[in-house]
This record gives sequence, structure tokens and C-alpha cells, in this order.
Amino acid sequence: MRFVDEFRDAEKARMLSTRIAALCEPGRRYKFMEVCGGHTHTIYKHGLEDYLPETVSLVHGPGCPVCVIPMGRLDDAIAIAEQPDVIMTTFGDMMRVPGGRGSFYDANAAGADIRMVYSPLDSLKIARTNPDKRVVFMAIGFETTAPSTAMTVLRAAAEGLENFSVFCNHVTIIPAIKAILDSPDLRLDGFIGPGHVSTVIGCRPYEFISREHRKPLVCAGFEPLDILQSVYMLMTQLAQGRAEVENQYARVVPYNGNPKALKVIGETMRLRPHFEWRGLGFIAQSALQINDRYERFDAEKIFDVPGVRVADPKACQCGEVLKGVLKPWECKVFGTACTPETPIGTCMVSSEGACAAYYNFGRFTRERVQEATRA
Amino acid sequence: MCLGIPGEIVEIMADREDFAMVSVAGVKRAVNIGLLTEDDEQLKAGDWILIHVGFALAKIDEREAEEAIRMLEGMGQAYTDELIALAQSDLAGER
Amino acid sequence: MPRQATWAEEAVREAEAEGPHIGAEHRSREQQVLDRIDRARARRPRVKEPRITLAHGAGGKATHNLIDAIFLEAFRNPELEQMSDAASLQIAGARLAFTTDSYVVSPLFFPGGDIGDLAVNGTVNDLAMSGARPLVISAGFILEEGFPTDDLRRIVASMAAAAEVAGVQIVTGDTKVVQRGKGDGCYINTAGIGVRERPIELNAANARPGDVILVSGPIGDHGVTVMLARGELDIEADIVSDTAPLHDLAATLLDAVDGVRMMRDATRGGVATILNEVAVASQAAVVLDEAAVPVRPEVMGASELLGIDPLYVACEGRFVAVVDGTRADAALAALRSHPMGAEAAVIGRVVEDPPGLVLLKTTFGGTRIVDMLVGDPLPRIC
Repeated sequence: MRFVDEFRDAEKARMLSTRIAALCEPGRRYKFMEVCGGHTHTIYKHGLEDYLPETVSLVHGPGCPVCVIPMGRLDDAIAIAEQPDVIMTTFGDMMRVPGGRGSFYDANAAGADIRMVYSPLDSLKIARTNPDKRVVFMAIGFETTAPSTAMTVLRAAAEGLENFSVFCNHVTIIPAIKAILDSPDLRLDGFIGPGHVSTVIGCRPYEFISREHRKPLVCAGFEPLDILQSVYMLMTQLAQGRAEVENQYARVVPYNGNPKALKVIGETMRLRPHFEWRGLGFIAQSALQINDRYERFDAEKIFDVPGVRVADPKACQCGEVLKGVLKPWECKVFGTACTPETPIGTCMVSSEGACAAYYNFGRFTRERVQEATRA
Repeated sequence: MCLGIPGEIVEIMADREDFAMVSVAGVKRAVNIGLLTEDDEQLKAGDWILIHVGFALAKIDEREAEEAIRMLEGMGQAYTDELIALAQSDLAGER
Repeated sequence: MPRQATWAEEAVREAEAEGPHIGAEHRSREQQVLDRIDRARARRPRVKEPRITLAHGAGGKATHNLIDAIFLEAFRNPELEQMSDAASLQIAGARLAFTTDSYVVSPLFFPGGDIGDLAVNGTVNDLAMSGARPLVISAGFILEEGFPTDDLRRIVASMAAAAEVAGVQIVTGDTKVVQRGKGDGCYINTAGIGVRERPIELNAANARPGDVILVSGPIGDHGVTVMLARGELDIEADIVSDTAPLHDLAATLLDAVDGVRMMRDATRGGVATILNEVAVASQAAVVLDEAAVPVRPEVMGASELLGIDPLYVACEGRFVAVVDGTRADAALAALRSHPMGAEAAVIGRVVEDPPGLVLLKTTFGGTRIVDMLVGDPLPRIC
């Protein structure tokens, strides 16, 4: 596959790995955070940590938009789905996320109609072909996905659809990064910037990180070589005493972002005053909702939504994992009460969550795995 | 959840506004290109785009991609050269 | 005052009752945490859900849990505990294989076949995988009121044709009709009997370090075909179901080499699930070589678009075989000599450690674990 295979070349990976190692100062440890679920997934799926020296570690931040949805919002979605004649539609990852009363799977088993879609446009199609039903799209994702939701709302408006609405849970990345930077527990050396969010917002919004916090950020693609090259670029900056925003993913990310995408978001949505992020608490101006002009497509205005807060289970340490303070296996319930098939927290459910990625992919110690797979 | 996949535009669909037929390894999908229609350049068959939840999010700049590969290859070649130089100097040192 | 998620509090209490978690206290003792996880995974399964969900039918962890905790628990006997696709029976001196399957695929008709093909081939394959020669099949139909009779004719015609190719006869059956809305068009249940003429016992537990893993052809075709055939996605692809009877290919392999430890067709849950079953049953480890696993480019492309992994996608005409390492070349040659095994490949090997796990060497050179399927990415594909 073009633009994929070339960036999965093992030999180039080994080369980058050696160069990264060569830049390590003796006695120093390096910690870089990525804030994109797709990066978490790639790192574990391809076993990238095998290519990094012991002293360089990648920390997974709050980049998984499924993981940061609080349990109460899940319950709200189920409450909507349980109302008469409602078809709830959502991306596949949401189906197993546990709310206070269970997951979408469980809700379906109890009689709701919650369906998996691959695009908000699929949801629109269901609305067109089921005029007697009220179709709701549960919108999740960072700025990457918000433009697609926005375009779908615009299409629904253009078509005059009256049975379609959006339950909007889009969140924005910069407030999350700010929360991380303001957190006293963390000592990070730099950031691997979210590749696809950046296609929308560009690289400028990250400049405050280098300007005010003196930390480098390299915006990275999603293939293994992209990530390794980005780590190499970060290490190079540190070695040269620089702290800048660089764009490793230039083949896809325009430095100034996608103006049309930003425009359609602006046309249909506005920032919520604040929003609760699982594990990070309430963050101001960090999430989107459908604006007044398009309120007929806002599920929260159409349906009675309980809006009850559900406390995270006391033992759940998703918050600390999301901030990168704890490694997945350090969470008290990791692998015992909380597993992919019986998840307690969202980090374990989403394929982009740090805990699920670690459990499914990285669970074995490097040495034991390399021993077993030695050709 | 929702990944970004590179795909090649096979045709801009005449009968569906804002849609193109895109091929990913021979599999064709109708993709909404509405987010990329305000550039000065119009999209055309043969262009590569990044697909995300049924929408084209960005145009893939083939020159940048080639540049990225070339840089990696350059690093690779320089790396190989270094290894060779190192090996030769080791041998020289041992004699 | 925020509500509590009581189900979560209970789960945590239960886990704590089994002993303290040491991860938090000894931040460097990652291995101890991992050991504890292994013990947790080996624990007796229980079904905690009050209702059946789609995950229970996906062929992955939830399915296995359900079978262990509910069916095996109630029906327990030595033969059932083998959990083979077909039971090995000795009746009045005859060595027989006996299997059953139900077919609930949606849509009923898809590129490359229909529910009728699946019903016959699937049953034939379960028998063939236990080394038996398939002989007879039963076919029970559950039809929904309003189901087009012509569709039934089409399905039955497919079954007759498939039966002829496979050399089996449909010797008994049943028909029920349920009210409109109580059944999705047509469900088929089958049972099959075959005769075990070869003096071999194929079993996942027989795998041992040094063995190799073979697959009879490219994976994922069927599952992806059915997903695309649902018509809900705007995707066109030249992919057809791989549904096919494997009895002849299996016989070719068994005739050519001894040292075949087990064979299993890669249906629900895909190749990854079978390999996990092998690793757990034999308490060895399976190491897969991602670059060696045959996948058609279109299946790869569709899988990327859908965000699914071909290793977990069902096939209906492919099997996995575990074979003595010294017989690997002969086994591969035998498969490839047969038209249905032309693209067979060696995709991995069995090693000693870590027991019960499947590891994957990525095309990239890194390693990761391939766990059994969790959840249900492809509902009702067979």
C-alpha cells in the first residue's frame, strides 16, 4: 500500500534506532508524551518500543477521545437510545465502553437500538431510510473528527432532514495539553504532536509549548517510521538545545491547517464553557457543542438527558494513566478486575487506550518476547 | 477507532456533489471531499488523499512524501557509510 | 452528589479478595503484575452479564467464557471437554466424528455464496478437521413468515450442489416457521457425521515446540465480503467469500505427511483465535510471522478502511494446521499441490515460552501479543 509500506521499512527503523541511541546523553532518561490515540495504537501494534533505547520512554497522554468520556455521558447516550423510536449510531469503539449501568452492548441486549457506523454520513443514510425513527449520531473525537460531524450537520440542514441529531462529545486538544503542562506530577522532555488533529488545526497552536514551556514538539505521522523519525527529531532538538515546533508529517499536515474544516466547525458548533474529562476533571473551553443556529440537530436540546455525574470507581486510575503519570500495569486493577473483556475504565476498552494497547500488545517484558521470537 | 488511510482518487463523481470514488489497495469507497474544496487547486483523479470516517481530511503532498523517504534513505546511506568507515578504521587501528 | 457504578465497585472488591495488587507498591516489578494477570486469565471462567450480548456470539473470549461457564459446566463429560469442532466417538466399534453448527449469516446471499453453501461446507469442514471422511448431514430450517419461497429454493439448490461436491448426503432434516419478526428470514442448523478411518487423534493440545503453523490460503475473504455485502457501507471491492469444502485438501495433507498435530478451519474469531486455542491447550507459545501471513491486497485495503485486523476475520474455506517441524516442507508442498491450497503458507511456529500466548513478529520487526478476540467487530457473518 502506497504511502504506508514505505514508512514501515525495518531497515530504516534500525538505522533510526541507532541514531536515536547515539543522541542519548549518558545517565539521562528521556520522556516524550504523545497525545493521540492513533499513536498509542501504532506504537504498540508495531512493537516500536523495541526500537528505542531503555532510557527513552514514550508516555501516553489524554489523546484517546473515547477514553476521556466520563461514565455519566455514556449513561446519557443510553438514556437517549432508550427513548421511543430512537436509533442511536456510534463508532465501533464506543460499543463496549462501560457507563454507570453497562455498555451499549448491554443496552442493546436490553432492547435499545444502538448501531455501529463507520462515518457520520452512514448515520445520515439511516435517518433518510428510516423517516419514522429519530436517528442520533454520537459524535466523539478531537478536532480531527469534528469537521466531519459539522459537514454532516450541514448536509442534514441542506436536505431538510427532521429526524437526525448529534449528541456531541467532541473535545479539543490544546486545553488537554495545557492541563498536562500545568500538572506538577509530570516531567516531560517533549511532545509527539497529534498528526491528524494537526491536519485540521495546523501546527501553530502548539507554538506556545516551545515558547512558554521551552519544550519541543514534533508533529508525527502514524506509520512506525514516522514515529521513530519524530523521536529522532526531538532528540536532535534536545541535543542542540532547541525547543521548536517541527512538522515530520509534512506530506499530510499543512502548517496552517485546513481552513475549510475550521470554517465548518465554526459554522455549526461552539465551545462549551467547560466539559468534564474523565480523569482530568472539568476543563474550560475544551469541548464543542452544536450552536444555536443548528440547535434542531442538537440531541441535547431534543431529548431529555439526565446529565447525572457518575463517579469513577475508586480503584480506577484512568486519570493518572491518561496523564501519563502511571504506566498501565501500575494501576491497581490492571489485568485483574479490569481487562479488555471486563473493563472498568475507558483506557482498557478503546483500542487506542494505553491500557488496552499495553494489555493486548505490549504485555510481555521485552526480553522474554525477544527470546521467544528470535528467528 | 477512526484511522486515517491514504487513498487514490479514481474519479470525481459527477452525479454526487462533493464526492469522489477513492481506491485503497483496489477497494473502492465513495468519500466526501467537501473539506478540500476551497483550495485553489481542484482535486482530480490520481490525487492522493487521507481518508477519515468517510471524509477526505487532507491532500497528500507526494513531493513531501518522496522528500521524507529520500531523507530517510539519505540517512540510511550516510549511516551505512559511517558503519563502513568505522569498520575500516577499526581494522586500521588493530594492525 | 455523583452516582456510583455499582457493577464496577463489585468487580474491584472481588479482585481484591484474591490478594493485593503489587504493581503500585513495587513500580519496577512489572513482571509480578504480569504473572498475576496470567493467573487471573487462567482462573475458572464465569459469566457475569445478566443478558446475552453480541459479543457472546463472536467466537472470541466472551464466547469461550459462555461455553465454559454455562454449557460445559452443565453438560460436563470427557468428550465435551475436548472442545473440538467435532466430537470423536466410538460407537459399536465404529470410529465416528459428530459435529453441529448453526448458520445465521446476514445477508443470506453474498458474492461467492450463500447461507446454503456455508451450511454444507461448514459442517463438512468441521468433520474434515478432525481427520474424518464426511458422510451425512442433517439440515434443520427455521423460516420466518413472509420469507420468499424462491429464496428458499435458491438456498436449497446451493446446498444440494455443495453436498454433491463434498460427497455427502443430506439424510434428515426439519422445518419450522416462526412469526414475522421472530426470525431473520432463514436460519439453518446442521449436524454432520463422518467416519474416522485414519488411526490419528488430532488435538490442539498436541502442539509442541518445534512444530510449524500452516494456513491453507489467504485469510479474511469471507468476513470482509459479508461486511461489504450488507450494503451499509459505500465500499466496492472485488472480494468474494472463500466458502469451500476442505475435506479433500485435508485428506491430501494427511496422506502426504504424518506428524499433523491438529487442523482447524478459521471461522468466527479468525486465525488469531485458533492459534490462541492451540497455545492455551498445549501450554506452549505460538510465534507468528506477520510478513508470512497471506492476505489479498483488497482484503487488506478493506480491513484498513474498516479498522479491523484480518487475523480476526472469519474465513469459510481456509484451515490452520499445526505440523511437526521436520515435515514442514512436505506439508506445504502437499497443500500447494492441490488447487485449493495453491496459496498455502507457513506462517509461524510453536515454541516453549511464554506458555499459552501468541506472539506476532510484525512486518516492521517489532513484536506484539495477539490475544483472543474481545468484543464483536463483525456480527453475524456465518
